[in-house]
Amino acid sequence: MAVPHKVVEIMDENRALVSTGGVELEVRTDLIEGLQVGDVVLVHAGFVIEKYNQDEGEELESLWEEVMQFASGR
Amino acid sequence: MPQVGDLRAKMSSLLEALNKWLCGPITVMEVCGTHTVSIFRSGIRTMLPKDVRLLSGPGCPVCVTDQAEVDAMVSLAKKPGVVLATYGDMVRVPGSCGSLAEARSCGAEVAVVGSAIQALALAESMQDKEVVFAGIGFETTAPATAVLLREARRKNVKNLSVLSLHKLVPPVLRLLASDPTLVIDGFLLPGHVSTIIGTAPYAFLAEEYGKACAVAGFEPLDIMAGIVEIARQICGGRPAVRCLYGRVVRHEGNVKAQELLGEVFRPASVRWRGIGVVEASGLVLADDYSDFDAYSRFGITLEEVNPPAGCRCGDVLAGRIAPLECPLFGGSCTPQFPVGPCMVSSEGSCSAYYKYSSKGVSPWGA
Ligand code: SF4
Ligand code: SF4
Repeated sequence: MAVPHKVVEIMDENRALVSTGGVELEVRTDLIEGLQVGDVVLVHAGFVIEKYNQDEGEELESLWEEVMQFASGR
Repeated sequence: MPQVGDLRAKMSSLLEALNKWLCGPITVMEVCGTHTVSIFRSGIRTMLPKDVRLLSGPGCPVCVTDQAEVDAMVSLAKKPGVVLATYGDMVRVPGSCGSLAEARSCGAEVAVVGSAIQALALAESMQDKEVVFAGIGFETTAPATAVLLREARRKNVKNLSVLSLHKLVPPVLRLLASDPTLVIDGFLLPGHVSTIIGTAPYAFLAEEYGKACAVAGFEPLDIMAGIVEIARQICGGRPAVRCLYGRVVRHEGNVKAQELLGEVFRPASVRWRGIGVVEASGLVLADDYSDFDAYSRFGITLEEVNPPAGCRCGDVLAGRIAPLECPLFGGSCTPQFPVGPCMVSSEGSCSAYYKYSSKGVSPWGA
């Protein structure tokens, strides 16, 4: 469901080949701009709906920091 | 990817923080069906302190499809010359006169697609048939239907139409948040819907209704972090909408997908299973695309129909009762012989409870 897929080939303007766990899959890329080979993407019902960011996102990071601070400061 | 040991350590840190920050009993609704399933599968319910009560919400697209909508699909599929295409889970949902699967066994043509765009290839390969795509799902799948329509227009395909049953998440959350008979302190917001719409459309939940909110991913750690964040907001008296799924959710969402939705659809008031009509909570085709509208092409109107006798799906979807409190649960209603859609869909609350809680796992985490 939320498994990241890696772009292995840009087939044309609206299609790409992605792979996850060794399985390749043709997906539509209409909803995303400037996709490149190597990008890690989220696929939903045959469409790429977003590219993954490298980091977790600031807000989760800051929650983690607080949780860890609390856990180590006991 | 965190290592297993790391994962355990992180989970116990989260639980410790939760116990420290928790100030009293709280009720959190997990809106999305995938969260419900992941919560069961990972055993999160059994790990939570007993003061944290989790409720499953209206976040399974199959479950919220109204009986009248199922009936419309079945009657369309039975029309000579029509091929009804839709996503897999929908096929087994019982309507007033049977399911799509049953209609198919009596000769109706039903095609299961994994992606909306496959309906186009179907229409092109069956020029003598009318292909109707029944578009189910929330903001996550609606953009795919929009792409299908735009492409059908560009290729001038005439034998394709769309029965739009798409629904929008924020309006139904407003309804739940504003219902004084429901006790919900916070919402674990759906990850993928948020990928499309971003976080701004939820702001009213915190600002107008004082609900604590976190957008979370689907891994056990993500979900637990979401619950911890919600507990902290509630106990700190600072409700907000916090995004903990920055990997794929941007504050502004997927703007390209939003533009497409705006081009192809317009919002309309539609009926949700058991919940009733919710204002501006559905998507129907915009005037520019009305020639692809299956409702007008086949003269379909949705009349109110009564749910199957005894089925409490509506109360389950609104978080009024837990699935186990439905008198049909596990008796006349099972995943093999479902009475309501909540037992059909793999993301449905009833099927999740059936699958996991019959093994002695308390649904309330006690
Ligand atoms: S479409 Fe995505 S966000 Fe919506 S219910 Fe399904 S998994 Fe959850
Ligand atoms: S147990 Fe069956 S009948 Fe009862 S609410 Fe769930 S799906 Fe509906």
